[in-house]
Amino acid sequence: MRLLAEFLEGLRIALAAIRANTLRSALTTLGIVIGVVTVTLMATAIQGLNRAFMESVSSIGADVLYVQRRDWIIRSHEEWMKMRMRRPFDLTQADTIMARVDFAQAMAPGDDHRASVEYEDKSAGDVRVFGTTAEFARVANLVLNEGRFLTTAESSGGRPVCVIGASVATNLFEARSALGERLRLNGKGYEVVGVLDKVGSPLGGPSLDNQVIIPLPNFILDFDRTPDITLQVKVSSLVSLDDAREELRSIVRQVRRVQPSDPDDFSINQQDQIVTMFRKVAGTIAGVGLFITGLSLFVGGIGIMNIMFVSVTERTREIGIRKAIGARRRTILMQFLTEAAALCLLGGLMALAIAWPLTFAMREFIPASLSPLVVGLALAVSALTGIVAGFLPAWRAARLDPVEALRSE
Amino acid sequence: MSAPLIHLESISRRYQMGGETIHALREVSLRINRGEYVAIMGPSGSGKSTLMNLIGCLDTPTSGRYFLNGTDVSHMDDNRLAEVRNREIGFVFQTFNLLPRSSALHNVELPLIYAGLSAEQRRGIALQAIRDVGLEDRMHHKPNELSGGQRQRVAVARALVNKPSILLADEPTGNLDSKTGEEIMALFENLSRRGNTIILVTHEEDIARHARRILRIRDGLIASDESREPLHETAG
Repeated sequence: MRLLAEFLEGLRIALAAIRANTLRSALTTLGIVIGVVTVTLMATAIQGLNRAFMESVSSIGADVLYVQRRDWIIRSHEEWMKMRMRRPFDLTQADTIMARVDFAQAMAPGDDHRASVEYEDKSAGDVRVFGTTAEFARVANLVLNEGRFLTTAESSGGRPVCVIGASVATNLFEARSALGERLRLNGKGYEVVGVLDKVGSPLGGPSLDNQVIIPLPNFILDFDRTPDITLQVKVSSLVSLDDAREELRSIVRQVRRVQPSDPDDFSINQQDQIVTMFRKVAGTIAGVGLFITGLSLFVGGIGIMNIMFVSVTERTREIGIRKAIGARRRTILMQFLTEAAALCLLGGLMALAIAWPLTFAMREFIPASLSPLVVGLALAVSALTGIVAGFLPAWRAARLDPVEALRSE
Repeated sequence: MSAPLIHLESISRRYQMGGETIHALREVSLRINRGEYVAIMGPSGSGKSTLMNLIGCLDTPTSGRYFLNGTDVSHMDDNRLAEVRNREIGFVFQTFNLLPRSSALHNVELPLIYAGLSAEQRRGIALQAIRDVGLEDRMHHKPNELSGGQRQRVAVARALVNKPSILLADEPTGNLDSKTGEEIMALFENLSRRGNTIILVTHEEDIARHARRILRIRDGLIASDESREPLHETAG
């Protein structure tokens, strides 16, 4: 009760003091405004980058294990040389593995190649040609814009049909429907049976819209007689990913006849690896970025501390009066902390008003938006800066000797 | 005889100033009973301000003991002294010492805030106090919109709002013209008659003569302590 009354009194005095020195308050707060603007924008940019990244890796699938010859992340030349020496995966191995795995929702072997695609007199270069099976649609959660995906009969029988990505469709067929048309790949004709939905590539990586999916037997025949298969295993939600990974590893070791004393001669990759690496890099960037922008907030805080010292000196007599009529140290301390915090909170609000439109400009480049979390954090950081910066001046005010204070002019 | 309201027992107060020790008060003993109207007189540097600060619990003695209302307050810390001041002492200063950015009413309300009263309780008590000094039509004015006499009446209302044991006035007429000064003294006279204990610090004989007991301080000692019939000089 008393604490609340004293706090309200402090707030009242704080606002009156800020109003009485409008220009001075505004100039002092400018440091905080700039500091909070930069911190807010930095935090928003980091959030936006994270979101862009997560969107772009979502096509990998969080619950899909990729069994293949090489690691996704190769840390040294030596490592790369070692992986190059590994034996490729052939289709027989992939089939044997699939026959033994019992924890998968769906599995699909596949291999890809860069090639140009022709239709009538048009051609599109550097398209990803991906040979796989009918089950790939379930592994990758593919969504079709029109038509259908490969059937099991087509993929095992090696029928000359294909499913194309959204940008291949627009490049070759423009507005027309591609269904039933015949493409030429490496001189062989393929009938288009389906067109995929546009997925985009938010971080500017290779787009999955620029691909042609054909049955794996056709791929082996037309593009690569000795394929290096990647087997994608979508793990059932009833099994933990780590358990599945271990089980898969032992199956692959048996199929590839790895001696118990030898290390794996293959890799099992998953989305998590990339996410972990990104988090590490992004965490460092975020830490450094926030530290640097935090410096401007620190400078702003020094400005607040300075002006609070001035305020305490100017109001020494007022402090003396308050002490004479019964204000305790705590009361005086709280009054000045409230003033510093209120000053900084006003700065924080102004900063958000400035930062908000700027995040719209940011949206041109990354999917950023000012989140409630960042808003709350910005205000909390503002108030905290005020309290930290105001503490020393407030402490000095609270410890003033009432006799001395009353004597001051 | 009941215990005195103020009981100083060989109080000394020394200051260090530039390596030199200043003896502001030397073993002063003093009793003031409830309801007394006392003037403390003395030239500047005599120690009368120090004595006032000690009685008002703004300062603590270097040695000796001070019992206020039976409680030893001579070694209390800052925060407990603040509570004692809030409860027991009402200050009236020469320069009024009102908060410039607050209305008259809010100034009067301030001791009640520090006493921890709720907003509704405060409003009623503060209103009554400002009515008692005849300023209810000016209560929403800021100090700089009030005359000197009005300001000092606001200060008196603030001093009395917590019903303190002592009204401690330091040169209360020093910044007022003589007519307004007399009005304030008449207000004090009235308060005294209603049983308030008043201690008046002044260097003016005319003002001191309103009191019923005059203490003269010289060189940190009480030089004389005379009780007298007050001057019955009703103002107006």
